[in-house]
Amino acid sequence: METVIGLEVHAQLLTRSKMFCGCPTTFGAPPNSQTCPVCQGMPGVLPVVNRRAVELGIRAALAFDCRVNAACRFARKHYYYPDMPKNYQITQYEEPLAEDGHLEIEVDGASRTIGIQRLHLEEDVGKLLHEGTLETAQASLVDYNRSGVPLMETVSRPDLRSAEEAAAYLKAFRAVLVFLGVSNGNMEEGSLRCDANVSLRPRGSRELGTKVEIKNMNSFRSVKQALEFEVRRQAEALAAGERIVQETRLWDADRGYTRAMRSKEYAHDYRYFPEPDLVPLTIDRAWIEEIRAGLPELPRQRRARFVTQYGLPPYDAEILTQSRALAEYFEAAVREFPQPKVVSNWVMSELLRELGADDEQAIRSSPVTPARLAGLLVLIEDGTISGKIAKEVFEKMRRGGEDARAIVGREGLTQVADEAALGRVIDQVLARSPRAIEDYKRGKTAAAKALVGQVMKATGGKANPGIVNRLLEEKLSKI
Amino acid sequence: MITREEVLHIARLARLELSDTELERMREQLNSILTYIDRLRALDVTGVEPTSHAVPLVNVMRDDEVVPPFPQDEMLRNAPDRVGEFFRVPRIIEG
Repeated sequence: METVIGLEVHAQLLTRSKMFCGCPTTFGAPPNSQTCPVCQGMPGVLPVVNRRAVELGIRAALAFDCRVNAACRFARKHYYYPDMPKNYQITQYEEPLAEDGHLEIEVDGASRTIGIQRLHLEEDVGKLLHEGTLETAQASLVDYNRSGVPLMETVSRPDLRSAEEAAAYLKAFRAVLVFLGVSNGNMEEGSLRCDANVSLRPRGSRELGTKVEIKNMNSFRSVKQALEFEVRRQAEALAAGERIVQETRLWDADRGYTRAMRSKEYAHDYRYFPEPDLVPLTIDRAWIEEIRAGLPELPRQRRARFVTQYGLPPYDAEILTQSRALAEYFEAAVREFPQPKVVSNWVMSELLRELGADDEQAIRSSPVTPARLAGLLVLIEDGTISGKIAKEVFEKMRRGGEDARAIVGREGLTQVADEAALGRVIDQVLARSPRAIEDYKRGKTAAAKALVGQVMKATGGKANPGIVNRLLEEKLSKI
Repeated sequence: MITREEVLHIARLARLELSDTELERMREQLNSILTYIDRLRALDVTGVEPTSHAVPLVNVMRDDEVVPPFPQDEMLRNAPDRVGEFFRVPRIIEG
Protein backbone atom coordinates (compact mmCIF):
# COMPACT_ATOMS: atom_id res chain seq x y z
CA MET A 1 0.00 0.00 0.00
CA GLU A 2 1.05 3.56 -0.62
CA THR A 3 0.85 6.18 2.13
CA VAL A 4 -0.75 9.51 1.22
CA ILE A 5 -0.38 12.42 3.62
CA GLY A 6 -1.35 16.08 3.37
CA LEU A 7 -0.49 18.60 6.06
CA GLU A 8 -2.39 21.64 7.28
CA VAL A 9 -0.05 23.97 9.09
CA HIS A 10 -1.18 26.89 11.21
CA ALA A 11 1.41 29.53 11.99
CA GLN A 12 0.94 32.57 14.18
CA LEU A 13 2.22 35.63 12.35
CA LEU A 14 4.84 37.83 13.98
CA THR A 15 2.77 40.96 14.37
CA ARG A 16 2.70 43.21 17.40
CA SER A 17 -1.08 43.48 17.46
CA LYS A 18 -3.92 41.07 16.71
CA MET A 19 -5.52 40.33 13.35
CA PHE A 20 -8.60 42.52 13.72
CA CYS A 21 -7.94 44.69 16.78
CA GLY A 22 -5.02 46.47 18.47
CA CYS A 23 -4.63 44.08 21.41
CA PRO A 24 -1.05 42.88 21.91
CA THR A 25 -0.01 39.37 20.87
CA THR A 26 2.62 38.80 23.57
CA PHE A 27 2.81 35.18 24.72
CA GLY A 28 2.48 34.32 28.40
CA ALA A 29 0.63 37.41 29.68
CA PRO A 30 -1.80 36.90 32.60
CA PRO A 31 -5.03 35.23 31.37
CA ASN A 32 -7.55 37.56 29.74
CA SER A 33 -5.31 40.60 30.17
CA GLN A 34 -4.87 41.15 26.40
CA THR A 35 -8.40 41.32 25.12
CA CYS A 36 -11.02 43.84 24.10
CA PRO A 37 -14.63 43.66 22.89
CA VAL A 38 -13.45 42.85 19.33
CA CYS A 39 -11.39 39.74 20.15
CA GLN A 40 -13.89 38.63 22.77
CA GLY A 41 -16.58 38.72 20.11
CA MET A 42 -18.94 41.22 21.74
CA PRO A 43 -21.94 42.22 19.64
CA GLY A 44 -21.66 45.42 17.62
CA VAL A 45 -17.88 45.63 17.29
CA LEU A 46 -16.05 46.23 14.02
CA PRO A 47 -12.96 44.20 13.11
CA VAL A 48 -10.28 45.93 10.98
CA VAL A 49 -7.59 43.97 9.11
CA ASN A 50 -3.98 44.31 10.29
CA ARG A 51 -2.00 45.33 7.18
CA ARG A 52 1.21 43.76 8.49
CA ALA A 53 -0.51 40.36 8.76
CA VAL A 54 -1.46 40.56 5.09
CA GLU A 55 2.11 41.54 4.21
CA LEU A 56 3.55 38.61 6.14
CA GLY A 57 1.08 36.28 4.44
CA ILE A 58 2.16 37.54 1.02
CA ARG A 59 5.80 37.23 2.04
CA ALA A 60 5.30 33.56 2.85
CA ALA A 61 3.21 33.05 -0.28
CA LEU A 62 6.04 34.40 -2.46
CA ALA A 63 8.61 32.24 -0.70
CA PHE A 64 6.49 29.18 -1.51
CA ASP A 65 6.05 30.36 -5.10
CA CYS A 66 2.29 30.69 -4.66
CA ARG A 67 0.09 32.78 -6.91
CA VAL A 68 -1.12 35.72 -4.82
CA ASN A 69 -4.75 36.33 -5.72
CA ALA A 70 -5.57 39.80 -6.98
CA ALA A 71 -8.62 39.86 -4.74
CA CYS A 72 -9.48 37.95 -1.62
CA ARG A 73 -12.22 37.98 0.94
CA PHE A 74 -12.84 36.93 4.51
CA ALA A 75 -15.58 34.52 5.52
CA ARG A 76 -17.29 33.41 8.68
CA LYS A 77 -16.88 29.78 9.66
CA HIS A 78 -19.56 28.86 12.15
CA TYR A 79 -19.22 26.44 15.02
CA TYR A 80 -19.91 26.45 18.70
CA TYR A 81 -17.01 25.96 21.00
CA PRO A 82 -16.13 28.09 24.01
CA ASP A 83 -12.64 28.89 22.70
CA MET A 84 -14.37 31.26 20.28
CA PRO A 85 -16.98 33.47 21.92
CA LYS A 86 -18.65 34.91 18.81
CA ASN A 87 -19.44 31.39 17.53
CA TYR A 88 -17.73 31.91 14.21
CA GLN A 89 -14.12 32.23 13.22
CA ILE A 90 -13.12 34.86 10.69
CA THR A 91 -11.15 33.01 8.03
CA GLN A 92 -10.87 32.82 4.26
CA TYR A 93 -12.75 30.20 2.31
CA GLU A 94 -13.52 30.48 -1.39
CA GLU A 95 -11.06 33.29 -2.06
CA PRO A 96 -7.84 32.68 -0.11
CA LEU A 97 -4.86 35.03 -0.13
CA ALA A 98 -2.74 32.73 -2.27
CA GLU A 99 -2.79 29.36 -4.08
CA ASP A 100 -0.67 26.83 -5.93
CA GLY A 101 2.80 26.91 -4.46
CA HIS A 102 5.37 24.34 -3.51
CA LEU A 103 8.11 23.50 -1.06
CA GLU A 104 11.22 21.40 -1.58
CA ILE A 105 11.94 18.79 1.06
CA GLU A 106 14.92 16.55 1.56
CA VAL A 107 14.80 13.02 2.94
CA ASP A 108 17.89 10.80 2.98
CA GLY A 109 19.70 13.11 0.59
CA ALA A 110 16.96 12.95 -2.07
CA SER A 111 14.86 16.03 -2.66
CA ARG A 112 11.15 16.15 -3.56
CA THR A 113 8.74 18.92 -4.40
CA ILE A 114 5.58 19.06 -2.32
CA GLY A 115 2.66 21.07 -3.63
CA ILE A 116 0.99 23.76 -1.55
CA GLN A 117 -2.68 24.03 -2.41
CA ARG A 118 -3.62 27.21 -0.61
CA LEU A 119 -2.53 29.75 1.95
CA HIS A 120 -5.02 31.86 3.83
CA LEU A 121 -5.34 34.23 6.75
CA GLU A 122 -7.55 33.81 9.78
CA GLU A 123 -7.76 34.51 13.49
CA ASP A 124 -6.59 32.25 16.30
CA VAL A 125 -8.97 31.17 19.05
CA GLY A 126 -8.74 31.22 22.86
CA LYS A 127 -7.11 28.60 25.02
CA LEU A 128 -9.07 26.11 27.13
CA LEU A 129 -7.96 24.50 30.36
CA HIS A 130 -10.10 21.55 31.29
CA GLU A 131 -10.79 20.61 34.89
CA GLY A 132 -9.50 17.10 34.34
CA THR A 133 -9.66 15.73 30.79
CA LEU A 134 -11.90 17.06 28.04
CA GLU A 135 -14.24 14.07 28.42
CA THR A 136 -14.54 14.10 32.19
CA ALA A 137 -14.34 17.83 32.90
CA GLN A 138 -17.45 19.27 34.52
CA ALA A 139 -16.18 22.70 33.52
CA SER A 140 -13.36 24.38 31.62
CA LEU A 141 -11.44 27.61 32.05
CA VAL A 142 -10.94 30.00 29.15
CA ASP A 143 -8.18 32.49 28.40
CA TYR A 144 -8.93 34.70 25.40
CA ASN A 145 -5.47 36.29 25.08
CA ARG A 146 -4.77 34.15 22.02
CA SER A 147 -8.15 34.89 20.52
CA GLY A 148 -7.65 37.05 17.43
CA VAL A 149 -3.90 36.50 17.04
CA PRO A 150 -3.17 36.43 13.27
CA LEU A 151 -2.89 32.93 11.88
CA MET A 152 -1.78 31.74 8.48
CA GLU A 153 -3.11 28.36 7.41
CA THR A 154 -1.29 26.52 4.65
CA VAL A 155 -2.68 23.34 3.14
CA SER A 156 -0.29 21.04 1.33
CA ARG A 157 -1.33 18.79 -1.52
CA PRO A 158 -1.53 15.10 -0.61
CA ASP A 159 2.01 14.65 -1.95
CA LEU A 160 3.73 13.31 1.15
CA ARG A 161 4.45 9.58 1.06
CA SER A 162 5.66 8.80 4.58
CA ALA A 163 5.67 10.07 8.15
CA GLU A 164 9.29 10.96 7.61
CA GLU A 165 8.47 13.12 4.61
CA ALA A 166 5.72 14.82 6.60
CA ALA A 167 8.18 15.67 9.36
CA ALA A 168 10.70 16.90 6.75
CA TYR A 169 8.00 19.10 5.18
CA LEU A 170 7.12 20.63 8.53
CA LYS A 171 10.79 21.29 9.29
CA ALA A 172 11.46 22.89 5.92
CA PHE A 173 8.23 24.90 6.18
CA ARG A 174 9.13 26.14 9.63
CA ALA A 175 12.66 27.05 8.54
CA VAL A 176 11.26 29.25 5.75
CA LEU A 177 8.83 31.03 8.07
CA VAL A 178 11.46 31.63 10.74
CA PHE A 179 13.97 32.79 8.15
CA LEU A 180 11.47 35.26 6.68
CA GLY A 181 10.46 36.58 10.08
CA VAL A 182 6.89 35.55 9.27
CA SER A 183 6.48 33.43 12.41
CA ASN A 184 8.67 32.47 15.35
CA GLY A 185 7.74 28.85 14.61
CA ASN A 186 7.69 27.93 18.28
CA MET A 187 5.81 24.61 18.50
CA GLU A 188 5.99 24.40 22.29
CA GLU A 189 4.19 27.71 22.67
CA GLY A 190 1.76 26.73 19.93
CA SER A 191 2.91 29.36 17.41
CA LEU A 192 3.20 26.56 14.86
CA ARG A 193 0.63 23.76 14.82
CA CYS A 194 -0.05 21.01 12.42
CA ASP A 195 -2.88 18.63 11.45
CA ALA A 196 -2.56 15.83 8.94
CA ASN A 197 -4.83 13.95 6.55
CA VAL A 198 -3.72 10.36 6.19
CA SER A 199 -4.95 7.66 3.84
CA LEU A 200 -3.64 4.53 2.17
CA ARG A 201 -4.21 3.27 -1.36
CA PRO A 202 -2.97 0.40 -3.50
CA ARG A 203 0.37 1.29 -5.05
CA GLY A 204 -0.13 2.72 -8.52
CA SER A 205 -3.73 3.77 -7.83
CA ARG A 206 -4.65 7.34 -8.75
CA GLU A 207 -7.67 7.47 -6.48
CA LEU A 208 -7.37 8.56 -2.86
CA GLY A 209 -8.43 6.24 -0.05
CA THR A 210 -10.70 7.30 2.80
CA LYS A 211 -8.80 9.88 4.80
CA VAL A 212 -8.47 10.28 8.52
CA GLU A 213 -7.61 13.63 10.07
CA ILE A 214 -5.00 13.58 12.84
CA LYS A 215 -4.85 16.42 15.33
CA ASN A 216 -2.90 17.31 18.44
CA MET A 217 0.64 16.77 17.21
CA ASN A 218 2.65 19.36 19.09
CA SER A 219 6.23 18.60 18.10
CA PHE A 220 8.24 17.23 15.19
CA ARG A 221 8.58 14.02 17.16
CA SER A 222 4.81 13.81 17.65
CA VAL A 223 4.19 14.36 13.95
CA LYS A 224 6.50 11.52 13.00
CA GLN A 225 5.28 9.13 15.70
CA ALA A 226 1.58 9.91 15.25
CA LEU A 227 1.72 9.44 11.48
CA GLU A 228 3.77 6.27 11.75
CA PHE A 229 1.17 4.92 14.17
CA GLU A 230 -1.76 5.96 12.00
CA VAL A 231 -0.27 4.46 8.84
CA ARG A 232 0.27 1.18 10.69
CA ARG A 233 -3.24 1.27 12.16
CA GLN A 234 -4.85 1.78 8.76
CA ALA A 235 -2.67 -0.84 7.10
CA GLU A 236 -3.63 -3.40 9.72
CA ALA A 237 -7.33 -2.53 9.45
CA LEU A 238 -7.26 -2.82 5.66
CA ALA A 239 -5.32 -6.09 5.82
CA ALA A 240 -8.00 -7.46 8.15
CA GLY A 241 -10.63 -6.55 5.57
CA GLU A 242 -12.02 -3.61 7.57
CA ARG A 243 -13.08 -0.31 6.10
CA ILE A 244 -11.47 2.97 7.14
CA VAL A 245 -13.96 5.38 8.66
CA GLN A 246 -13.58 9.04 7.76
CA GLU A 247 -13.06 10.68 11.13
CA THR A 248 -10.87 12.94 13.22
CA ARG A 249 -8.41 11.27 15.57
CA LEU A 250 -6.33 12.77 18.33
CA TRP A 251 -2.69 11.84 18.93
CA ASP A 252 -2.04 10.91 22.52
CA ALA A 253 1.70 11.50 22.94
CA ASP A 254 1.85 9.95 26.42
CA ARG A 255 0.21 6.70 25.38
CA GLY A 256 1.56 6.65 21.83
CA TYR A 257 -1.65 6.13 19.88
CA THR A 258 -4.34 7.99 17.98
CA ARG A 259 -7.91 7.74 19.21
CA ALA A 260 -11.13 8.73 17.52
CA MET A 261 -12.57 12.05 18.66
CA ARG A 262 -16.13 11.71 19.77
CA SER A 263 -18.48 13.05 17.14
CA LYS A 264 -19.68 15.74 19.51
CA GLU A 265 -16.19 17.21 19.58
CA TYR A 266 -16.49 18.51 16.06
CA ALA A 267 -19.09 19.31 13.47
CA HIS A 268 -18.42 19.85 9.82
CA ASP A 269 -21.44 21.97 8.95
CA TYR A 270 -19.67 25.31 9.05
CA ARG A 271 -22.14 27.38 6.98
CA TYR A 272 -19.46 29.67 5.55
CA PHE A 273 -20.58 33.03 4.24
CA PRO A 274 -18.77 36.27 3.38
CA GLU A 275 -17.81 38.27 6.47
CA PRO A 276 -20.02 41.36 6.17
CA ASP A 277 -17.84 43.39 8.55
CA LEU A 278 -14.72 43.17 6.38
CA VAL A 279 -14.55 44.57 2.88
CA PRO A 280 -12.58 42.63 0.25
CA LEU A 281 -8.83 43.02 -0.18
CA THR A 282 -7.38 43.79 -3.57
CA ILE A 283 -3.69 43.16 -3.83
CA ASP A 284 -2.03 45.04 -6.65
CA ARG A 285 1.19 44.06 -8.42
CA ALA A 286 3.08 47.02 -6.98
CA TRP A 287 2.45 45.85 -3.43
CA ILE A 288 3.48 42.28 -4.27
CA GLU A 289 6.67 43.47 -5.98
CA GLU A 290 7.54 45.70 -3.06
CA ILE A 291 7.23 42.72 -0.72
CA ARG A 292 9.18 40.50 -3.11
CA ALA A 293 12.03 43.03 -3.22
CA GLY A 294 12.28 42.82 0.57
CA LEU A 295 12.56 39.02 0.66
CA PRO A 296 15.82 37.72 2.09
CA GLU A 297 17.66 34.79 0.55
CA LEU A 298 15.80 31.61 1.45
CA PRO A 299 17.32 28.85 3.60
CA ARG A 300 17.66 26.45 0.68
CA GLN A 301 19.33 28.98 -1.56
CA ARG A 302 21.60 30.05 1.24
CA ARG A 303 22.50 26.46 2.11
CA ALA A 304 23.54 25.79 -1.48
CA ARG A 305 25.56 29.00 -1.59
CA PHE A 306 27.36 28.15 1.67
CA VAL A 307 28.57 24.94 0.03
CA THR A 308 29.72 26.54 -3.23
CA GLN A 309 30.97 29.91 -2.00
CA TYR A 310 32.64 28.78 1.24
CA GLY A 311 33.44 25.18 0.41
CA LEU A 312 31.60 23.98 3.52
CA PRO A 313 30.41 20.39 3.93
CA PRO A 314 26.62 20.14 3.40
CA TYR A 315 26.27 19.18 7.06
CA ASP A 316 27.80 22.50 8.19
CA ALA A 317 25.74 24.45 5.65
CA GLU A 318 22.57 22.78 6.89
CA ILE A 319 23.20 23.76 10.50
CA LEU A 320 24.44 27.28 9.76
CA THR A 321 21.27 28.09 7.79
CA GLN A 322 18.84 26.95 10.48
CA SER A 323 18.04 30.59 11.09
CA ARG A 324 18.70 33.91 9.48
CA ALA A 325 20.49 35.18 12.57
CA LEU A 326 22.92 32.25 12.59
CA ALA A 327 23.65 32.48 8.86
CA GLU A 328 24.30 36.20 9.19
CA TYR A 329 26.49 35.60 12.22
CA PHE A 330 28.60 33.11 10.30
CA GLU A 331 28.99 35.37 7.29
CA ALA A 332 29.91 38.39 9.41
CA ALA A 333 32.60 36.36 11.19
CA VAL A 334 33.97 35.01 7.89
CA ARG A 335 34.30 38.54 6.52
CA GLU A 336 36.74 39.28 9.35
CA PHE A 337 38.39 35.89 9.51
CA PRO A 338 38.27 34.42 6.00
CA GLN A 339 38.68 30.74 6.89
CA PRO A 340 35.09 29.48 6.57
CA LYS A 341 35.62 25.94 7.87
CA VAL A 342 37.45 27.18 10.96
CA VAL A 343 34.69 29.71 11.66
CA SER A 344 32.05 27.04 11.04
CA ASN A 345 33.70 24.68 13.53
CA TRP A 346 33.76 27.33 16.22
CA VAL A 347 30.19 28.41 15.58
CA MET A 348 28.89 24.84 15.66
CA SER A 349 30.88 23.60 18.64
CA GLU A 350 31.19 26.68 20.85
CA LEU A 351 28.51 29.22 19.96
CA LEU A 352 25.80 26.58 19.64
CA ARG A 353 26.90 24.79 22.80
CA GLU A 354 24.54 26.86 24.90
CA LEU A 355 22.09 28.31 22.43
CA GLY A 356 19.84 26.89 19.75
CA ALA A 357 20.65 27.28 16.05
CA ASP A 358 17.18 28.78 15.55
CA ASP A 359 17.19 31.03 18.60
CA GLU A 360 17.39 34.29 16.63
CA GLN A 361 17.19 36.45 19.71
CA ALA A 362 19.99 34.70 21.60
CA ILE A 363 22.29 34.61 18.57
CA ARG A 364 21.82 38.31 17.84
CA SER A 365 22.38 39.28 21.45
CA SER A 366 25.30 36.94 22.20
CA PRO A 367 28.15 38.82 23.89
CA VAL A 368 30.45 36.83 21.59
CA THR A 369 29.77 38.91 18.51
CA PRO A 370 31.01 37.75 15.08
CA ALA A 371 33.80 40.34 15.35
CA ARG A 372 34.86 38.99 18.76
CA LEU A 373 34.87 35.41 17.48
CA ALA A 374 37.03 36.52 14.54
CA GLY A 375 39.34 38.33 16.98
CA LEU A 376 39.73 35.13 18.96
CA LEU A 377 40.53 33.10 15.86
CA VAL A 378 43.20 35.63 14.88
CA LEU A 379 44.89 35.03 18.24
CA ILE A 380 45.02 31.28 17.57
CA GLU A 381 46.22 31.88 14.04
CA ASP A 382 49.15 34.09 15.07
CA GLY A 383 50.14 31.73 17.86
CA THR A 384 49.27 34.04 20.74
CA ILE A 385 47.08 31.41 22.35
CA SER A 386 46.49 27.69 21.87
CA GLY A 387 43.21 26.21 20.69
CA LYS A 388 42.60 24.83 24.14
CA ILE A 389 43.07 28.19 25.85
CA ALA A 390 40.91 29.76 23.13
CA LYS A 391 37.96 27.66 24.29
CA GLU A 392 38.40 29.07 27.79
CA VAL A 393 38.63 32.56 26.37
CA PHE A 394 35.43 31.92 24.40
CA GLU A 395 33.62 30.98 27.61
CA LYS A 396 34.91 34.15 29.25
CA MET A 397 33.73 36.22 26.30
CA ARG A 398 30.32 34.56 26.57
CA ARG A 399 30.04 35.55 30.22
CA GLY A 400 31.86 38.85 30.17
CA GLY A 401 31.42 40.84 27.02
CA GLU A 402 35.06 41.74 26.53
CA ASP A 403 37.05 40.94 23.43
CA ALA A 404 39.54 38.10 23.32
CA ARG A 405 42.68 40.24 23.30
CA ALA A 406 41.61 42.06 26.46
CA ILE A 407 40.90 38.79 28.29
CA VAL A 408 44.14 37.15 27.16
CA GLY A 409 46.15 40.23 28.18
CA ARG A 410 44.54 40.62 31.59
CA GLU A 411 44.67 36.97 32.55
CA GLY A 412 48.16 36.27 31.18
CA LEU A 413 46.90 33.51 28.89
CA THR A 414 49.42 34.23 26.17
CA GLN A 415 50.97 31.08 24.84
CA VAL A 416 54.53 30.58 26.04
CA ALA A 417 56.70 30.59 22.94
CA ASP A 418 59.88 31.61 24.71
CA GLU A 419 62.19 28.72 23.91
CA ALA A 420 64.56 29.31 26.83
CA ALA A 421 61.67 29.35 29.31
CA LEU A 422 60.09 26.26 27.77
CA GLY A 423 63.49 24.53 27.72
CA ARG A 424 63.78 24.98 31.48
CA VAL A 425 60.33 23.52 32.07
CA ILE A 426 61.15 20.55 29.84
CA ASP A 427 64.41 19.94 31.75
CA GLN A 428 62.46 19.88 35.01
CA VAL A 429 59.93 17.45 33.61
CA LEU A 430 62.65 15.16 32.20
CA ALA A 431 64.51 15.24 35.51
CA ARG A 432 61.55 13.71 37.33
CA SER A 433 60.56 11.26 34.61
CA PRO A 434 63.44 8.74 34.17
CA ARG A 435 60.88 5.99 33.57
CA ALA A 436 59.28 7.77 30.63
CA ILE A 437 62.68 8.49 29.11
CA GLU A 438 63.59 4.81 29.32
CA ASP A 439 60.27 3.83 27.70
CA TYR A 440 60.89 6.31 24.94
CA LYS A 441 64.38 4.96 24.32
CA ARG A 442 62.90 1.46 24.04
CA GLY A 443 60.71 2.76 21.21
CA LYS A 444 57.47 3.60 23.01
CA THR A 445 56.54 6.82 21.22
CA ALA A 446 53.51 7.22 23.49
CA ALA A 447 55.93 8.11 26.27
CA ALA A 448 56.84 11.32 24.38
CA LYS A 449 53.20 12.29 24.30
CA ALA A 450 52.92 11.83 28.05
CA LEU A 451 55.94 14.09 28.48
CA VAL A 452 54.40 16.78 26.27
CA GLY A 453 51.29 16.50 28.42
CA GLN A 454 53.38 17.07 31.56
CA VAL A 455 54.97 20.17 30.06
CA MET A 456 51.55 21.54 29.05
CA LYS A 457 50.32 20.87 32.58
CA ALA A 458 53.30 22.61 34.13
CA THR A 459 52.64 25.70 32.00
CA GLY A 460 48.92 25.76 32.67
CA GLY A 461 48.17 24.83 29.06
CA LYS A 462 49.88 27.93 27.76
CA ALA A 463 52.94 26.36 26.15
CA ASN A 464 53.05 26.44 22.37
CA PRO A 465 52.61 22.73 21.55
CA GLY A 466 54.67 22.91 18.34
CA ILE A 467 57.68 24.34 20.10
CA VAL A 468 57.34 21.92 23.03
CA ASN A 469 57.30 18.98 20.62
CA ARG A 470 60.40 20.13 18.81
CA LEU A 471 62.41 21.01 21.93
CA LEU A 472 61.47 17.77 23.63
CA GLU A 473 62.51 15.72 20.65
CA GLU A 474 65.85 17.51 20.49
CA LYS A 475 66.47 16.94 24.17
CA LEU A 476 65.40 13.29 24.13
CA SER A 477 67.66 12.54 21.18
CA LYS A 478 70.62 13.92 23.15
CA ILE A 479 70.01 11.79 26.23
CA MET B 1 -40.05 23.15 0.07
CA ILE B 2 -38.06 22.96 3.29
CA THR B 3 -38.93 20.07 5.59
CA ARG B 4 -39.44 19.90 9.35
CA GLU B 5 -36.26 17.83 9.57
CA GLU B 6 -34.23 20.51 7.79
CA VAL B 7 -35.55 23.20 10.11
CA LEU B 8 -34.66 21.03 13.10
CA HIS B 9 -31.16 20.51 11.72
CA ILE B 10 -30.60 24.24 11.20
CA ALA B 11 -32.01 24.98 14.63
CA ARG B 12 -29.67 22.44 16.15
CA LEU B 13 -26.65 23.99 14.39
CA ALA B 14 -27.70 27.36 15.76
CA ARG B 15 -28.27 25.84 19.22
CA LEU B 16 -31.94 26.82 19.20
CA GLU B 17 -34.65 24.83 20.86
CA LEU B 18 -37.96 25.29 19.08
CA SER B 19 -41.43 24.33 20.24
CA ASP B 20 -43.70 22.64 17.69
CA THR B 21 -45.53 25.92 17.00
CA GLU B 22 -42.23 27.81 16.56
CA LEU B 23 -40.90 25.10 14.33
CA GLU B 24 -43.90 25.34 12.03
CA ARG B 25 -43.69 29.15 11.98
CA MET B 26 -39.94 28.99 11.11
CA ARG B 27 -40.66 26.48 8.37
CA GLU B 28 -43.24 28.82 6.81
CA GLN B 29 -40.93 31.84 7.04
CA LEU B 30 -37.95 29.97 5.62
CA ASN B 31 -40.12 28.73 2.79
CA SER B 32 -41.28 32.21 1.90
CA ILE B 33 -37.62 33.37 1.90
CA LEU B 34 -36.70 30.50 -0.39
CA THR B 35 -39.60 31.34 -2.69
CA TYR B 36 -38.27 34.87 -2.93
CA ILE B 37 -34.76 33.51 -3.69
CA ASP B 38 -36.32 31.46 -6.49
CA ARG B 39 -37.74 34.65 -8.00
CA LEU B 40 -34.25 36.19 -7.90
CA ARG B 41 -32.87 33.07 -9.52
CA ALA B 42 -35.08 33.67 -12.52
CA LEU B 43 -33.16 36.87 -13.27
CA ASP B 44 -30.37 36.85 -15.82
CA VAL B 45 -27.22 37.83 -13.92
CA THR B 46 -24.70 36.89 -16.57
CA GLY B 47 -21.57 38.99 -16.09
CA VAL B 48 -22.66 40.35 -12.70
CA GLU B 49 -20.11 39.89 -9.88
CA PRO B 50 -21.67 38.20 -6.85
CA THR B 51 -22.22 40.84 -4.17
CA SER B 52 -20.66 40.20 -0.81
CA HIS B 53 -20.82 43.80 0.37
CA ALA B 54 -23.26 46.57 -0.29
CA VAL B 55 -20.62 49.30 0.00
CA PRO B 56 -18.09 49.71 -2.82
CA LEU B 57 -15.04 49.69 -0.55
CA VAL B 58 -11.84 47.62 -0.59
CA ASN B 59 -8.64 47.44 1.47
CA VAL B 60 -9.73 48.93 4.76
CA MET B 61 -6.73 48.13 6.90
CA ARG B 62 -4.95 49.40 10.00
CA ASP B 63 -1.27 49.64 10.84
CA ASP B 64 0.17 47.02 13.15
CA GLU B 65 0.06 49.15 16.26
CA VAL B 66 -0.78 48.00 19.74
CA VAL B 67 -3.70 49.70 21.45
CA PRO B 68 -3.92 49.14 25.20
CA PRO B 69 -6.33 46.24 25.79
CA PHE B 70 -9.34 46.57 28.08
CA PRO B 71 -8.61 46.00 31.77
CA GLN B 72 -8.84 42.34 32.72
CA ASP B 73 -11.51 42.94 35.36
CA GLU B 74 -13.61 44.93 32.93
CA MET B 75 -13.54 42.07 30.41
CA LEU B 76 -14.39 39.49 33.07
CA ARG B 77 -17.07 41.58 34.74
CA ASN B 78 -20.05 40.22 32.84
CA ALA B 79 -18.91 36.62 32.93
CA PRO B 80 -21.66 34.35 34.27
CA ASP B 81 -18.94 32.33 35.99
CA ARG B 82 -15.23 32.84 36.56
CA VAL B 83 -12.32 31.34 38.45
CA GLY B 84 -9.62 33.87 39.24
CA GLU B 85 -8.44 35.36 35.96
CA PHE B 86 -10.31 32.84 33.80
CA PHE B 87 -13.78 32.57 32.37
CA ARG B 88 -15.41 29.33 33.49
CA VAL B 89 -17.66 27.49 31.07
CA PRO B 90 -19.85 24.45 31.71
CA ARG B 91 -19.03 20.97 30.51
CA ILE B 92 -18.16 21.03 26.79
CA ILE B 93 -18.61 17.39 25.79
CA GLU B 94 -22.08 16.02 26.31
CA GLY B 95 -21.80 12.77 28.27
